Amino acid sequence: MYQTTYHRASSVDEAASLFAKGSDSKFLAGGQTLLPVMKQRLAGPSDVIDLGRIKELQGVELSGDTLTIKAATTYYDIMTNADVKQAIPAIAYLTSVLGDPAVRYRGTIGGSIANNDPAADFPAALLALGATVKTNKRSIAADDFFQGLFTTALEDGEIITAVSFPVPAKAGYEKMRHPASRFALTGVFVAQTKSGDVRVAATGASQTGVMRVPAIEAALKANWSPSAIDSVTISANGLLADIHGTAEYRANLIKVMAQRAVAAAR
Amino acid sequence: MGVEGIGARVVRKEDKRFITGKGRYVDDIKLTGMTHAYFIRSPHAHAKVKKIDSSAALKMPGVVAVLTGQQLVDDKVGNLICGWAITSKDGSPMKMGAWPAMAPETVRFVGQAVAVVIAESKNLARDAAEAVVIDYEELPAVADVHAAIKAGAPQLHPEAPGNQVYDWVLGDEGAVNAAFSKAANVVKLDLTNNRLAPNPMEPRAAIADYDSAEEHFTLYTTSQNPHVARLVLSAFYNIAPEHKLRVIAPDVGGGFGSKIYIYPEEMVALWASKRVGRPVKWTSDRTEAFLTDAHGRDHVTHAEMAFDANNKILGLRVKTYANFGAYMSLFSSAVPTYLYATLLSGQYVIPAIHAEVIGVYTNTTPVDAYRGAGRPEASYLLERMMETAARQLNVDPAALRKQNFITQFPYQTPVIMAYDVGDFNASLDAAMKAIDYAGFPARKAKAKADGKLRGIGVSCYIEACGIAPSKAVGSLGAGVGLWESAEVRVNPVGTIEILTGSHSHGQGHETTFCQLVAERLGVPISQVSIVHGDTDKVQFGMGTYGSRSAAVGLTAILKAMEKVESKAKKIAAHALEASEADIVIENGEFKVTGTDKAIALPMVALAAYTAHNLPEGMEPGLKESAFYDPTNFTFPAGAYICEVEVDPGTGKTSFINFVAADDFGRLINPMIVEGQVHGGLVQGIGQALLEHAIYDANGQPVTASFMDYAMPRADDVPSFNLSHTTTLCPGNPLGIKGCGEAGAIGASAAVINAITDAIGKNNLEMPATPDRVWRTIHAA
Repeated sequence: MYQTTYHRASSVDEAASLFAKGSDSKFLAGGQTLLPVMKQRLAGPSDVIDLGRIKELQGVELSGDTLTIKAATTYYDIMTNADVKQAIPAIAYLTSVLGDPAVRYRGTIGGSIANNDPAADFPAALLALGATVKTNKRSIAADDFFQGLFTTALEDGEIITAVSFPVPAKAGYEKMRHPASRFALTGVFVAQTKSGDVRVAATGASQTGVMRVPAIEAALKANWSPSAIDSVTISANGLLADIHGTAEYRANLIKVMAQRAVAAAR
Repeated sequence: MGVEGIGARVVRKEDKRFITGKGRYVDDIKLTGMTHAYFIRSPHAHAKVKKIDSSAALKMPGVVAVLTGQQLVDDKVGNLICGWAITSKDGSPMKMGAWPAMAPETVRFVGQAVAVVIAESKNLARDAAEAVVIDYEELPAVADVHAAIKAGAPQLHPEAPGNQVYDWVLGDEGAVNAAFSKAANVVKLDLTNNRLAPNPMEPRAAIADYDSAEEHFTLYTTSQNPHVARLVLSAFYNIAPEHKLRVIAPDVGGGFGSKIYIYPEEMVALWASKRVGRPVKWTSDRTEAFLTDAHGRDHVTHAEMAFDANNKILGLRVKTYANFGAYMSLFSSAVPTYLYATLLSGQYVIPAIHAEVIGVYTNTTPVDAYRGAGRPEASYLLERMMETAARQLNVDPAALRKQNFITQFPYQTPVIMAYDVGDFNASLDAAMKAIDYAGFPARKAKAKADGKLRGIGVSCYIEACGIAPSKAVGSLGAGVGLWESAEVRVNPVGTIEILTGSHSHGQGHETTFCQLVAERLGVPISQVSIVHGDTDKVQFGMGTYGSRSAAVGLTAILKAMEKVESKAKKIAAHALEASEADIVIENGEFKVTGTDKAIALPMVALAAYTAHNLPEGMEPGLKESAFYDPTNFTFPAGAYICEVEVDPGTGKTSFINFVAADDFGRLINPMIVEGQVHGGLVQGIGQALLEHAIYDANGQPVTASFMDYAMPRADDVPSFNLSHTTTLCPGNPLGIKGCGEAGAIGASAAVINAITDAIGKNNLEMPATPDRVWRTIHAA
C-alpha cells in the first residue's frame, strides 16, 4: 500500500469538505473493493475519507410504499432488517447470497453501487425495482445512475446518502455464483410493480455492466410465470466471456436465472 | 490400545497453539537489525534482460541494496538443481537448461525474479522496486505443450532442442503390441490433467541471518524437509558448508509438496544476508505464490486399452506429454515418470503395459510434485479408462473392475512396482454397500422425473507411498536416499523427547508420534514431546512428503524405541535383581512378570543418568537413535464412489453422496486419518470441479488470484462418508501404509465418472465447471 492520509468523517458535509481538500481523495465505505485495490498498489489516493461511521448514513426506513436504505448500511444489517424482509424480501435474499460473511459484515449498499462492478448484485436490484439514488446534491433514477463498467452518474466528490425503493407487488433474485470470486457469474432480478409493470435486470452478463432485459420484461408482462420465458431468445452478442463462462453460457443463464427468480418471487 | 496408544482418537496436541494464534511461523520471527527483501519479477513470459538501472532506487529512503542476477553469477552462487536424473529412450541424459536464482540474461516465465531490493521495511523495498528501471527485449513465448513441441516454436533453452527435456519409456512395447493385435476390443481415451496451483494457507517465507564472526548462516524457512534444504544449499549452491548452515522450519502452514523444493528466494536471502551484513526477511504474498510456487499436474495423454472377448484386460498403451514449465524444479523429472508410469497397472491385472512420457519446457511457472505427484495422474487416467471401457463394452463399471482386480499377492506389475498386499474387492464392496450401489438405478429414475440428471462414478485407486527404499530409488536416478532417522531421548526424570527427520506441517506428528510411545511404554502423551524441523537439533532426515512420515519416519522412531526399551529393561532387571527376559513394560512401569516387583520409568531413567548402580560395563544415559530404510514402497488403496446431480439448466454439479473405503493398513489416530482423507478428497474434488491454473497463448497467467482461481470451499463439497478395510502392510513392523495423498489421488476420477454418467456423454475435461458441463450437455 502507498502512503495515504486517513480521515474519519462524522457528517456528510464534513466528508465532502475533507474530500475537496485532498489532491486525490477517495471515499471509503465498507472497503471491500478499495482496500484490496490499494493493497495491490493499483490505487494510491492521497486521502481516504471514511464514511462508515456517519450516523445519518446508517439504517433502514419503511414509509408507505417506499423502502429507504441509507448508503453506509452493511449487507448484514440489510439482510437481517425486519422492514426489508417484510417489504422487499428479494433484497434480503440478495444480501444473504452476496459475498461471504466477512464481506457482508463490512460491505455497504452505497459502496456497491458507487463502484458499479459489472458483476455486483445490488445494481440489478436498483435497476429492476426502479430505485432512486439519493446523494448530498440530488436524486438520480437508477435508469440514469448506472452508466457502464465501474461508471456512474456520480460527480467527483458527490456522496450517496441513501437508496429509495418503491415496494413492488412481487420481486425475486437468483444468481449463478462465480466459482472463484462468488460475484454473480450472472444474476437476474425480476420485479412486478404494483401498477402491473415488469422490470428485469441482469448483472454479471453484459460487457456494459448491469442491464435491463426487455425481451423477458415483455414476456413476463404478458404472463408472469417461469414458462413465459421459455420461448425468449437472448443473444450472446455483447455479453461477457471469460474462463468461467462463455457469452453463450451467460445468455442461457439470463433465461434460467430469470425463470428461477420468477418462481421465487414474493 | 491404551486411551492414548495406537488406534486412539487422541485430540491433537498442537491444536491448542494453532487455534489460539500461538503458532510460530517464519513470518512471526523478527530478528534484531532485520531487513526486508522485495523481488522484482518479470512481467514477460519470455524476454532478454537488457539493462537494469537501480540508481534512482538506491537513493530512496531506507534502501540498503539492490542486487541483480549478474551479481549472483559474479559471486559464483550455483544454479538451481533437479535431483532426479532421467534417461531418454535413446540413452541420452535429460536435457536441462540452467536456472539461476535471479535471471542475469533471460527470463522465461512471468514472475521469475530479476532483481531484489533490500530495505528497512517491506513497503520501502516495494517503493524502491518501482524505481528500478529494467529494459526488456520481449521474445516470443509458448505456454501450451502441443504448441511448444511444434517445429518453429519459441525455444526456451539451447540445451533442450525442440523444448524437449526427455522422451522416456517404461514397459515392454513388443508385448503391448502383441496384446493389442489379439484384442477383441480396444478402448481409446484422450485426456488432460489440469494444471493446479498448490495454495497452502501459509505462503512461503524465509529469513536468512549471517554471522560474520562465525561465518555461519541460519535460515528460517517454510520447508517440508529442512535437512534436504541444507544439503542442497551446501552441496550444490555453495552457500556454506553444512556445519556452517542451520536450517529451521518452525510451524509451517501446509505444503502439499510445494514446500519440498529449494526456491530462488531462500538462496537469494542467504546470499544477500552476507552481502548486506544483516538478516534478510522475505515473505511471499498470494500473487507471488501463484506465480512462483511450483505448480502441479499438467499432463496431456492419449491412452489405449485392449480387452479380450471376455472383457479381460490384455494391455495398456499410454503416451503422455508433461509440461514442466520454464525450469526443472527439484523433483520435477521424477513426477511424470517414476511416480506416474509405475502406477499404471492400478488395481488391475494388466499383462502388458507400455508408457512413453515426453517432458516439455514452456514459458510457465515450473511444475513439480503436488499432493499425490504423478499418482493422481495415473489413477485418473486408469479410472477414466475403466469407466469409458465399461460404457463402450456395455457392462457395469464396478463389475468390469472386479473382473480385472489383482487378487493374488505379492503381485509384480509390468511397470516396476511389486504390490505386497491388498484386498481390492473388500474396499469396492464396502464402498458399494455404503452408497447403496444396487439402489442407484431407481434413484436415477426418480431424479429424472424431477428434471435432474443423476450419475454415479467409481474410482479404485492405488498409490505407492512410504517413499522409499533408498537402493531402489537410487537405481532409478534419485540423488538422495529416502530412509528416515529418529532419536529417542529419555530425560533423567522420565520425560521423553523424540527427535525425527520427518516434518509436520499440518499432519499432526506431535500427537501421532507420541501415541507410539504411549503404546509402547504406557506413559501419557503429555510426557512426550516431538522435536523436528531444526538441523541443529535433529542430525539428519529426509522430511515429509509421499505419505512417508508414519510408514518410514515412525518406524525409525520404533527402531530407536526398541533400543531404548532393551537398555531400560537391562537397568530394571539389574535394579529388581531379576532376569532381563522376565521384564515386561506396563503402564509406565518395568515389571517382573508374574510378581508385584516393579520399577517406574522415571526411576529407570534416573538410574541411567546417576549411573550409581548400572549393570557392569553399561554406558550411562538413556538415549538411542536409529535409521530406517524401507524394503519396499507401501501401497495404500481404496474405492471411492460418488453420486451427483447435474442441473441441466446451469450445468452445476451437486453432490448427493460421496463414500470412501480406504485401506491404509494400521491407523495410528483414526481422527487424524479422517482429516487427511477429507483434505485430500477436497483437493481431488477441487481439481475435478474448480481448480485450473491457466495461461494465455503468450504465457501470461490468467488465474493469479483467488478472484479467478477457484479454490474449493466448504459449500462446494459434501459431508463425506468414510470407512476403512484393512490389510496390514508387511513391509514395516507397524503395518502402516500411509494416508496423506489418497483422497487427492482417487477423488477426481470418481467425480468426472459420475458427471459423465449423469449427462450421458463421456468426453468431459477437468475442471468440470458449470459452463463446461452445460456446453457438453448441449453439444451436438
